[in-house]
Amino acid sequence: MPIESFVLAYAEIVVLVAASLILLVDVFLHERMPWFAYAATHLTLLVAALATWAVLGATGGGPNYAFGDMFVSDGMANVLKLFCYLAVAACLVYSRSYLMERGLFRGEFFVLVLFSLLGMMVMISANHLLTLYLGLELQSLSLYALVALNRESATSTEAAMKYFILGALASGLLLYGMSMLYGATGSLAITAISEAVGNKDANRALLVFGLVFVVAGIAFKIGLVPFHMWIPDVYHGAPNAMTILIASAPKLAAFAIAVRMLVNGLAQLAPDWQQMLVILSVLSMGLGNLAAIAQTNFKRMLAYSAIGHMGFMLLGLASGVVGGNLFSAIDAYGSAMFYTVVYVLMTLAGFAVVLLMSRSGFEADSLDDLKGLNQRSPWYALLTLIVMFSMAGIPPTVGFYAKFAVIKSAVAAGQIWLAVVAVVFSLIGAFYYLRVVKLMYFDEPEANAVPLRGDRDFRLLLSANGLALLVLGVLPDGLMQLCLDSVRWLTV
Amino acid sequence: MQNATPWLSLSIWIPIVAGLLVIATGRDKNARVARFIAIVGALVGFLVTIPLYAGFDQSSPVMQFVELAPWIGTFSVNYHLGVDGISVLFILLNSFITVLVVIAGWEVIQTRVSQYMAAFLIMSGLLNGVFSALDAVLFYVFFEGSLIPMYLIIGVWGGPNRVYAAVKFFLYTLLGSLLMLVSFIYLYFVSGGSFEILDWHKVPLAMGAQVLVFFAFFAAFSVKVPMWPVHTWLPDAHVEAPTGGSAVLAAIMLKLGAYGFIRFSLPIVPDASQYLAPFIITLSLIAVIYIGLVALVQADMKKLVAYSSISHMGFVTLGFFIFNALGAEGALVQMISHGFVSAAMFLCIGVMYDRMHSRQIADYGGVANTMPKFAAFMMLFAMANCGLPGTSGFVGEFLVILGAVKYSFWLGFAAATTLIFGAAYTLWMYKRVIFGAVANHHVAELTDIGGREFLVLALLALAVLGFGLYPKPLTDVMHISVENLLRHVAVSKL
Repeated sequence: MPIESFVLAYAEIVVLVAASLILLVDVFLHERMPWFAYAATHLTLLVAALATWAVLGATGGGPNYAFGDMFVSDGMANVLKLFCYLAVAACLVYSRSYLMERGLFRGEFFVLVLFSLLGMMVMISANHLLTLYLGLELQSLSLYALVALNRESATSTEAAMKYFILGALASGLLLYGMSMLYGATGSLAITAISEAVGNKDANRALLVFGLVFVVAGIAFKIGLVPFHMWIPDVYHGAPNAMTILIASAPKLAAFAIAVRMLVNGLAQLAPDWQQMLVILSVLSMGLGNLAAIAQTNFKRMLAYSAIGHMGFMLLGLASGVVGGNLFSAIDAYGSAMFYTVVYVLMTLAGFAVVLLMSRSGFEADSLDDLKGLNQRSPWYALLTLIVMFSMAGIPPTVGFYAKFAVIKSAVAAGQIWLAVVAVVFSLIGAFYYLRVVKLMYFDEPEANAVPLRGDRDFRLLLSANGLALLVLGVLPDGLMQLCLDSVRWLTV
Repeated sequence: MQNATPWLSLSIWIPIVAGLLVIATGRDKNARVARFIAIVGALVGFLVTIPLYAGFDQSSPVMQFVELAPWIGTFSVNYHLGVDGISVLFILLNSFITVLVVIAGWEVIQTRVSQYMAAFLIMSGLLNGVFSALDAVLFYVFFEGSLIPMYLIIGVWGGPNRVYAAVKFFLYTLLGSLLMLVSFIYLYFVSGGSFEILDWHKVPLAMGAQVLVFFAFFAAFSVKVPMWPVHTWLPDAHVEAPTGGSAVLAAIMLKLGAYGFIRFSLPIVPDASQYLAPFIITLSLIAVIYIGLVALVQADMKKLVAYSSISHMGFVTLGFFIFNALGAEGALVQMISHGFVSAAMFLCIGVMYDRMHSRQIADYGGVANTMPKFAAFMMLFAMANCGLPGTSGFVGEFLVILGAVKYSFWLGFAAATTLIFGAAYTLWMYKRVIFGAVANHHVAELTDIGGREFLVLALLALAVLGFGLYPKPLTDVMHISVENLLRHVAVSKL
């Protein structure tokens, strides 16, 4: 095995080794140094980020294969990994005091977080269905355990069970689909599948049948209607610190496997899967935004909003191949990636507000807990306002450009009706985001409400996160360019 | 033509930066500082718009004070600003009204002062951006961005039913503008990858596409104008908004819709505009006549002025869609004049509301006895509202009626009924509120306007009388641009 293989996977190796070390060392240290695991995890993320950065710099974004072509390191993989580190680090900072108050600030938490991160990284870099599946399972199993980490909480346990059962079902669907792809093409390597499909010597009926299952499995993982049922329950039932994690970085990984399988592997079948994605997209935008209106719980509202947002993201993913040519593919996939990254930034800030509201003892996650926030904590209210307008897609926030980019892709693919449907649902979505602003700004605080207090690191990060949505909204060019450069190699 | 001093950027960003500074002063214990920064920001923001008028070349129809810089390369969006004879006046009007609104809110607003002032300043900057943007995405960002401060102004400082009004305002306007966004993206691809509004003026379009784009624009702009039957958000928003909010809403925000028609609909889809003109003219006439009658029966003064605004704006859309210079110039003058007059009417109602906490006509009567100075001012504005010669309200209405008669006698005749209805509802309200015997002890205890209120009303009175007696400064600026626009619209794009 050439040594370069290991170089390309340095970041994964760092995370794996660090996770194992923290697991071992923390057993001895956590009495004397409860901070050890927290600090070591952040350090790991930093080192992994440097490694990924170095690979990105050295390879310039082009694809490099390792471990017998099972592992690919390209621009998209490395950029997505960097955003994963960022999201995980942000989750840790946001949830630190929450975990400490509930006695969950323990080594297992950090080890599981690192293992799920490793799973995401493997998913992102998978160039073989086996690698992809291994990464997916590593990520999912760690997340199931995380949701159940608070053993005393019945709701968390229930959420973990739901997550596990539905997740296992989704994995089963995906595996079934993969086995059919294998049957039709005779290979599990994504590159080989792509060639086999391109040569037209594969059994087309079997391929399309497998494709249906693959798309269903991916839709489960992304959380798209009609495979979305777990999202509201798990988001709601999981402890807030786990919800923020589940809602953020895994979306990047799920986006990556969608791209790996559909674009890298099955681009020849694009007319088939694009149709499916369009249906999933319309259903998700519709149900996500309509159901969110009925919610009184902030976490459930954000959960339905997540479903809606992923529907919007699909607009980009479903618009890459037009009439068999790839002229607008880079713009389309770049816009989908931009949407995903922006969504992760928004959702981090959104759930950070949920974490901020939950004081020790009980989870304050009802929308009414936001009442009169402007009078209690004007700065947090302003940040939440920015997040909400960004999610609603109102300029000058970056959420507007995310919607703008995917709608532009849809119009470029000639699907103007889809663009009109999307804007109608985004109008419906605006209603419940506006309601949050209404609660914070127009309503009087309840009698027993107190100002929200966050630690300094929390406050700084939330401020940076909220203002980033505004700054990126004024200057979105850099991030968009980054996303376009990342996907440039996908279709070559 | 690249200009040395970026006056347009200054007129956009000075209020916004001032607004951010104001909001940084935080809670109400720093209210004095907040007010001080706000007035300085508003005044400087107004002063930097004066060179736009003074340095404007009235003999040229091209965009002036142009600023062009790449902004979002990946979307081919540019930071492209510029004004012609049509848009320059609105920037001045907007900055002027902002100064008045800040002064008018000086003592009245006692809670969350910094947020109030900041919202108005930021909105002022955004609105200047709408009028000067030459890039469609930039236009859209300013157009939509201005919803956020207005939403907060209505919702935080508004009346009892403010939440309903604020949400209705936001969603109504958002629906229209989202459809406009889709047509922007469509035009981007049709024009070969450009978001430049001026490029779109030259893009040939088939009739079917023109009609669709026309209706997308119509959705955005008719809601903003507002035209019958999508006007219902306006009375709600006006009634619930605080005085300053109503003034800006009526004086500036309504103009965005009409401005959109002349910047987008007419030049980009001229054939569809000509084809559908009877449709717009019909809606405009309904607004003028039917809404005028609706105004007559209102018991709430703010609602009455709100309906009167809709009726007056019906005149504006009428003027644009009869496609002659008299009509278009009259409509533009009417827009400017309505900016002054409606702001003045709302500020007058605000003066009374601050003292009586009622907007019901029935609660008043004989105000002239206790507030003579105020009664005199309100007399002038009421006269301007019904278009008395010598006030700015007359010039615009007269020109539009002349244009309409040129188009068709009966159209002109129908439009002219506004002079009767306008006089009826305005003067009847004035009579019931101001004249007669003192109605109750609340009215008897009223005190006349103070120096600050006097200043605000006097400035508006000067503008109303000045442009009524000598409208040439307005018409000279816009003349060449309007001619150019009409010439452009007359050429088919099919």
